[in-house]
Amino acid sequence: MFVQIVFYFLAAVLVGAAVMVITARNPVHAALFLVLAFFTSAGIWLLLEAEFLAIVLVLVYVGAVMVLFLFVVMMLDINLAPLREGFIRYLPVGAAVAAIVVVELALVIGVSDFGLESMPAPPAHPADYSNTRELGKLLYTVYVYPFELAGAILLVAIIAAIALTMRRRTGVKTQNPSRQVEVRREDRIRIVQMPAEPRERVDRS
Amino acid sequence: MIPLTHFIVLGAILFCLSMAGIFLNRKNVIILLMSIELMLLSVNLNFVAFSRFLADPAGQVFVFFILTVAAAEAAIGLAILVVLFRRRQTINVADLDTTKG
Repeated sequence: MFVQIVFYFLAAVLVGAAVMVITARNPVHAALFLVLAFFTSAGIWLLLEAEFLAIVLVLVYVGAVMVLFLFVVMMLDINLAPLREGFIRYLPVGAAVAAIVVVELALVIGVSDFGLESMPAPPAHPADYSNTRELGKLLYTVYVYPFELAGAILLVAIIAAIALTMRRRTGVKTQNPSRQVEVRREDRIRIVQMPAEPRERVDRS
Repeated sequence: MIPLTHFIVLGAILFCLSMAGIFLNRKNVIILLMSIELMLLSVNLNFVAFSRFLADPAGQVFVFFILTVAAAEAAIGLAILVVLFRRRQTINVADLDTTKG
């Protein structure tokens, strides 16, 4: 009974946060409501006994991706007024489409197919069951190539993000190491051949 | 116990809300990116629920990969957004029509 109450509470918070994300006037508020949505989803994943993924969701999503969103939102000085135009105009269409799709999906995934009778919930895992261990076993044996590929994708993302946002400013005195290395002796010193001359006598009288 | 249907319906509601978000905020690229994140979250919820009820941890491995790709996508999307704002001083989708044929 307690689990049901927790689930429906979290589900209500999640849907409310999602509604606020798409209707918030200020993008900072939308990002913060998205953080709330991620936290409540992590709670629901804990109910589903996916503990590792719940922690990863909080650490990676709330800790990294949403902070990145907040940084970008606060860094850009955005004029919000023109971005909101058309919101009221598209509201009926968007709400209608969303409602129709929800009803269709609910009809497809009706209770008859995925209810407790046809698909009973498996018993809870024992106390010494480690979700991280199971996931790690699977990830490093069966899915090791996709795992490596995921690492490559992250590397590509890092390089792409840095390469996109790096800019060369003009008028800034910087050192160019490649130019420094390829300098030759002739560029820096000039040897002048000149005949030896007798030293001029300084008259000290 | 909570039946699987409720988890899937919750995922469907989240998916449709984020779809409505794309409809409503079609001018604001930041909210569009957030809606896409929400969409991926609903898909992940479905994966986790099925993984639990079918007692197969492979679904959670897929969630792991989706999280990875979504993080990469968010990073690149925001980088493009920053470059765009630096050049055009706007993130309004309606103003980004220079490649219009």
